[in-house]
Amino acid sequence: MRVTIMSKTLGGLLLLLAAGCSQAADWSLADLMQQLGQKKAGTATFVEKKYIAMLKQPLESSGELAFTAPDRLEKRTLKPKPEGVVLEGNKLTLERSDGRKMSVNLADRPEVSAFVESVRATLSGDRSALERYYSAALSGGSEQWQLNLTPLQPRMQKVISQIRIAGGHAQVRTIEFLQADGDRSEMTITSTSGK
Amino acid sequence: MKIRLHKLALCLWLAVMLGSVLVISQTRFVADLSAFMPKLPSARQQMLIDQLRDGAIARIVLVGIEGADEAERGRLSRLLVGKLAHNPRFTSVQNGDRQTQQRDQRYFFDNRYLLSPAVMPQRFSAPGLHETIQGTLDAMSGDAGLIVKKILPRDPTGETLQILDQFIGESQPASSDDIWVSRDGKRAVLLLQLSESGLNTDAQAAALEDVKQAFASLPGRHADSRLVMSGTSVISVASRNIIQSEVERLAIMGSLLVVALLLLVYRSLPLLLLGLIPVVSGALVGIASVSLGFGHVHGLTLGFGTTLIGEAVDYSIYLFIQRAGGKNPSHFWRTMRLGVLTSATGFAALMCSSFPGLSQLGLYSISGLLTAALVTRYILPGLMPQQLNLRDLHRPGLLLQKILDGLTRLRWLMAVALLAAVAVLVLHQQDIWNRQLNALSSTSAAQNKLDAELRGDLGGNDMRYVASFSAPDQQTALQLAERSRVVLQQLSQQNIIGGFHSPDELLPSIATQRARQASLPTPAEAERRLRLALQGMPLEADQLSGFLADLERARTQPLLQRQSLQGSAASVLLDSMLIRRADSYLVLLPLKPASGETIALDKVRAALAAQQLGQVTVIDLLEETTAIFDSYTHEALLFSSLGSLAILLLLWVSCGWRQAVRVTIPLGCAVLCTVAILDACGIQLTILHLVGLLLVVAIGSNYALFFANKQQLGSDAEQRQVEISLVVANLATVTSFGLLGSSSVPVLSFIGSTVAIGALLALVFAAMMARIGPRALPR
Repeated sequence: MRVTIMSKTLGGLLLLLAAGCSQAADWSLADLMQQLGQKKAGTATFVEKKYIAMLKQPLESSGELAFTAPDRLEKRTLKPKPEGVVLEGNKLTLERSDGRKMSVNLADRPEVSAFVESVRATLSGDRSALERYYSAALSGGSEQWQLNLTPLQPRMQKVISQIRIAGGHAQVRTIEFLQADGDRSEMTITSTSGK
Repeated sequence: MKIRLHKLALCLWLAVMLGSVLVISQTRFVADLSAFMPKLPSARQQMLIDQLRDGAIARIVLVGIEGADEAERGRLSRLLVGKLAHNPRFTSVQNGDRQTQQRDQRYFFDNRYLLSPAVMPQRFSAPGLHETIQGTLDAMSGDAGLIVKKILPRDPTGETLQILDQFIGESQPASSDDIWVSRDGKRAVLLLQLSESGLNTDAQAAALEDVKQAFASLPGRHADSRLVMSGTSVISVASRNIIQSEVERLAIMGSLLVVALLLLVYRSLPLLLLGLIPVVSGALVGIASVSLGFGHVHGLTLGFGTTLIGEAVDYSIYLFIQRAGGKNPSHFWRTMRLGVLTSATGFAALMCSSFPGLSQLGLYSISGLLTAALVTRYILPGLMPQQLNLRDLHRPGLLLQKILDGLTRLRWLMAVALLAAVAVLVLHQQDIWNRQLNALSSTSAAQNKLDAELRGDLGGNDMRYVASFSAPDQQTALQLAERSRVVLQQLSQQNIIGGFHSPDELLPSIATQRARQASLPTPAEAERRLRLALQGMPLEADQLSGFLADLERARTQPLLQRQSLQGSAASVLLDSMLIRRADSYLVLLPLKPASGETIALDKVRAALAAQQLGQVTVIDLLEETTAIFDSYTHEALLFSSLGSLAILLLLWVSCGWRQAVRVTIPLGCAVLCTVAILDACGIQLTILHLVGLLLVVAIGSNYALFFANKQQLGSDAEQRQVEISLVVANLATVTSFGLLGSSSVPVLSFIGSTVAIGALLALVFAAMMARIGPRALPR
């Protein structure tokens, strides 16, 4: 048990931003979820911009995303620094450029769970997983929809005030995280394949 | 003259008894694993022993709160921490609460410039700053962005990340609502560290009792909430308690059974009480001699108190029954003496063992048996009435004779049994031995399961590979750890090991801290370099004023001492790696395998030796424990064989080879058949079975000697009397050892079942083979 206590300190590190690829939509949440749920796999490229008050320019990163229903999601950042996040079932693995890996069991960390489910549950059309952590509001039409997720957990609210996922039909185009301190990140997704 | 001599003997005996009682009242009883550790260990074994005794592992208590609902468990967990936090019996009490977490985070963050292995002069030059800040911005754009963003204003060079980097990949306890919970969320878990080392079982027991009482007294506790505890100390305290209560229970029940049996035979209370005198005297002297010889008595040795009843009670049985006619034949004492000598010879071999557990048992048995025999010889005859009014054993004697005559004719059965036994043993020779040390542990399966669960809950993986050394003082220890770190770091990069920990991660040596401080620029210089470094970056130097202030504080702050970690989880971690001993420091650097399960230790050793770090011992605890146990078993096997051989020689010298063979064959048969029976029942042999077999030889030789003693066989009636005494003695032995066999303490049950089966077989086989039938004698 020795070192493990220590690694609690790492806890905070694990608030990772996972992100998603693409699929469908409609105007009622049930319909959107149903459509998204039909897509079984897909790959996409992403460009993510982080707008941070302290910095004069946004930080940009880019890479690839891959999703396989029902619960595998992979985000590979290529620039500026290669790193990877693989979410599979309940296990979140972070791979760093030097090849070292660390894994987290999501069941142990509800706040990380909430984070990753915003993307994964949306992509897999898992409405109940989504509503476990967020109150979801859908606007727009099937051509162009926007899903606003507001965290339910107070602990989560301290970090994220809202998550905005936008797309058209079964395609997720942008994912925006609005942080409680006013900073935000915006991920633009370009689908490269989908089934 | 004779009466005066007797009085003298009586006085001497009383004095010895009184002395023994005094010694025993001062005796310390222990129940740790020390009995199973070699007396003169190798460096690697010594390390293992140190770790078992002094290591933090031995001082950690895992606590679980079960039952009730989650909120209640959380409340109890917090209250329990509050109650125990200031108890001096604990150096650390943690439940993962935010306070402790924050204390740790603060320790690492506030002291990052002294703790970060990356702090070097060039890192704080203008180009160095530019590079590290760019690295931090890159990290911010990645997945850990939120965290990095938080530290940026005060730690733009990312020293905190450098420190955390050392802990990456560690599994962590689950938490819920800010306290640690089990993986399945069904219990709250806490981690306590005892102030006393693993050697002091009494202090540990008292500390554990404190935990129980603190829990029991928590206000408004739900009735269905309960406390569970595990850890080395819990297990050793529990096994000591089990051994103590079992020893008591078995001693009482064994005594009752033997008493009942003897009453049935003697029908005389005074005779019965007299008959117990040798046993009690033997046990007292046995314990006292072990205490004097070893400085303490192991609980297990004490457990054999009942085994002594088994053999020592035989002496008075022989005396009373065989002398019921009022005769005092000198050959009776000769046979007795031979019997005692054979037993003592067998146990003398154990005494030479390098394992305290075995040598304690040897000393205990020899001194106990000799005392019992001497008391039977010199005290009892003077105390017993001239005319023994034993129950008339004429009729059972006749019946017994018939049975024994029948057995003699069934001699061929012995050959069949022998063949069958050999066949079983040859077929099963692969798994006759149990090679695990914990086969001897008296913990229950449930306790082991709980231990594994709690360790799992706290994210623990067992420390299997460890690099270790000792140093005269803390600074030398830390400096050596720092030098070892350099080598281990390389091995980690080469993927020979997966990772490691070193105490200097938490507390660098003074020299290193000074060197790191000296790497930090003065305020004016730092600001100048920072402005240079930030050119072309999306960040202004003004935004990093916190960084400059922290840098200056770090440059002039007092150096970290061990007490700087007080109260943090990191201090428990440090204690597990930097262990203070009476006159030195023991350092343990846990190593993680790179992939799979094993580490090529020879490569690690070679790499360390190449850097003049030959004093660092690298061991595989699993291998080492198994090796210790193997050598333990081999030694026991060797000494048991030597003991048996010595017994043979003794018999040969004292009664000629013919008689020796007559006596030996049934004994050998009994031993082989006992092993075969145990094996066929799926019981793997441990060292204690071996000791049991030695007891079988020791006790069984008495039967064979009496059966085979020609001079003893005066009339038919006398022979019947002798045979009755043998059967009664055997019944007493089988009863008391059979009872021991039913014990829940493996150690006791192993010996008990072995001896009960073996003694019965020894009697039957001796009757078949060694017994001289009445008809064989000239009338």
